[in-house]
Amino acid sequence: MTRSPFQLAMQRLLRNRVAVLGGVLLALVAFACVVVPFLFKLDPNLTQPALRNQPPSARFPFGTDGLGRDLVARVLVGGRTSLLVGLAATAVSVLVGVAYGAIAGFYGGKIDEAMMRLVDFMYGLPYMFLVILIMLMFSETARGDMLPVFLALGLVQWLTMARIVRGQVLALRRQEFVLAAELLGASDARLLIRHVLPNVFGVIMVYATLMVPSVIILESFLSFLGLGVALSWGQLVSDGIAVINPIRSYWWILLWPSSFLGITLISLNFLGDGLRDALDPKGKT
Amino acid sequence: MIEALILVFGVALLGATAWCPPRATRALGALLLGLVLGIVLRFALGIPAAIVCGMLASGLGFRFFPLLVLRRVLFLVPALVLLIYATTLLMYRAPGNPFANERATTPQVEAALRAQYGVPKSASAFFQIYMRRLLVEGTLGPSIKVQGRTVEELIGPAFPVSVALGSLALLLSVSFGLGLGILAGLRRNTAIDHLSMTIALVGVSLPNFVLGSVAMIIFSLWFRWLPVAGWGSLRHVLMPAVALALPNAAIIARLARSGMIEVLQQDYIRTARAKGLPESWVVVRHALRGTLMPVVSFLGPAAAATMTGSFVVEVLFAVPGMGQWFVKGAINRDYSVVLGTAIVYFGLVILFNLLVDLAYAWLDPRLRSSGT
Repeated sequence: MTRSPFQLAMQRLLRNRVAVLGGVLLALVAFACVVVPFLFKLDPNLTQPALRNQPPSARFPFGTDGLGRDLVARVLVGGRTSLLVGLAATAVSVLVGVAYGAIAGFYGGKIDEAMMRLVDFMYGLPYMFLVILIMLMFSETARGDMLPVFLALGLVQWLTMARIVRGQVLALRRQEFVLAAELLGASDARLLIRHVLPNVFGVIMVYATLMVPSVIILESFLSFLGLGVALSWGQLVSDGIAVINPIRSYWWILLWPSSFLGITLISLNFLGDGLRDALDPKGKT
Repeated sequence: MIEALILVFGVALLGATAWCPPRATRALGALLLGLVLGIVLRFALGIPAAIVCGMLASGLGFRFFPLLVLRRVLFLVPALVLLIYATTLLMYRAPGNPFANERATTPQVEAALRAQYGVPKSASAFFQIYMRRLLVEGTLGPSIKVQGRTVEELIGPAFPVSVALGSLALLLSVSFGLGLGILAGLRRNTAIDHLSMTIALVGVSLPNFVLGSVAMIIFSLWFRWLPVAGWGSLRHVLMPAVALALPNAAIIARLARSGMIEVLQQDYIRTARAKGLPESWVVVRHALRGTLMPVVSFLGPAAAATMTGSFVVEVLFAVPGMGQWFVKGAINRDYSVVLGTAIVYFGLVILFNLLVDLAYAWLDPRLRSSGT
């Protein structure tokens, strides 16, 4: 039986135990964050002054924080934000990066050189500047409105995607099937969308998966600096760091959000690496 | 609206430097190099000496610098101006202004304050004032929020702190990453390889403030070996530098590993081995250079990432560096502090990228010969 390249790739992926483990962990975390708060009607902002700084117990499996808020609810709802920011900002940066890279690679020559020079330049910038400044621009929009975060993070993360897509498109552009379609009179847009881009899909998938963790890290940086807009893991970790002191240890306030954040990020990287090995064997680093 | 147009025009102009022919690039790049050096040195050395220095730099640059470097200068100097403009625009778009949360300012008082600090109501006017201040008076201006201090006085003590922390972190990440990566590449598919790549993956995955806070708990609170936070001695700098270095070290380790694996399959390595050279000599003398290439080209982004990370690490470990001033300035809308720190950071990154270019040209002889 012959298999399509996609099936072969999936087979390679499923044989990679680490990647499968990453995928399973990720699914568990996502399920817990998205579904569990609904099922149990968890409220991350309910304060119970009598129950401040409770260590983990049967009633509060993760303990409570300094205002008596249930950490299970906070970690899961915060995770929803982190995952959503990761996905949405990645979507923005994939759109921008693929469009930019595809145009540069498709037209090549001086256009390519000029476009890529800007990318190289932005690559070397401490992009946190831009993120912080863009976030400030939106700082008085309603708290909890996360669109600015998606935009700010997405708009600084598209560079790698643009570079990779450009390289791929540049190579594909000279392939015979593209030249054949061109000779048949296909327009540039049709060539690019129907013939070139479908062949880059696998690579885009791989790097999008690897981009999600870096976006989540960036968002947690912002939350840590007090520039976040919603309850997220980054904010919970920084709450936990704020109560580090030599006298009394409230380890649970730091432990749970850090572990969830860490497990999610490591799983995403495992999965991304596995996808890369499966879909793009040559791009292995 | 017109400001956005200017911005787009500026970006287009930057892109257009790709069309500049090699000879013109050489001339313009060298000219800009001399100009910048002259302007920077004008106050330290006096005008005549600065002119001499600038002309000297132009001449030497035109004659001896690789085209690669001059092309970068031609691109980066206008880019810096554009960055100042873009930063100004973004700051002015942000809600609030430096004088908004002062206790009940009357319009007259606000106007007087705006005049005193040189912060007019429009972004373009501010940009003009700021550029004149920068180029003619050679100052970054007064801080708006910290009374009676100039931005230089604020950044001055913070600059060496940030540079020390950043360069130590970079040094650590390069040495640690290279060591781990080369080891993994040489012992491919062994336990050592898997172990070091797992360490690298964890390092790349965890945000540095998580790593930093865990280190803080273990080394400062449990064992009491290192101070929790602050600045002043080598013991203070250790944890922040490691926290800052680890994510980059992990990326460098992965680059070095794949570089090493690729290089070891090259023909010239087989030749070296066939000559009967000892393996250690083959690795150090022949393979290392090829391994370094991808690592060196990552150093530019790595420097930028180190600075980005340093915002967070400086806050976590209470390090009195420039990152803190930037974050504070951004939150307080202290325009001149934000611009001042931004310029210094961009300047550092630009300088570093130039050094990386030179190192790259030195490592890869093909670039050297085709560059002239």
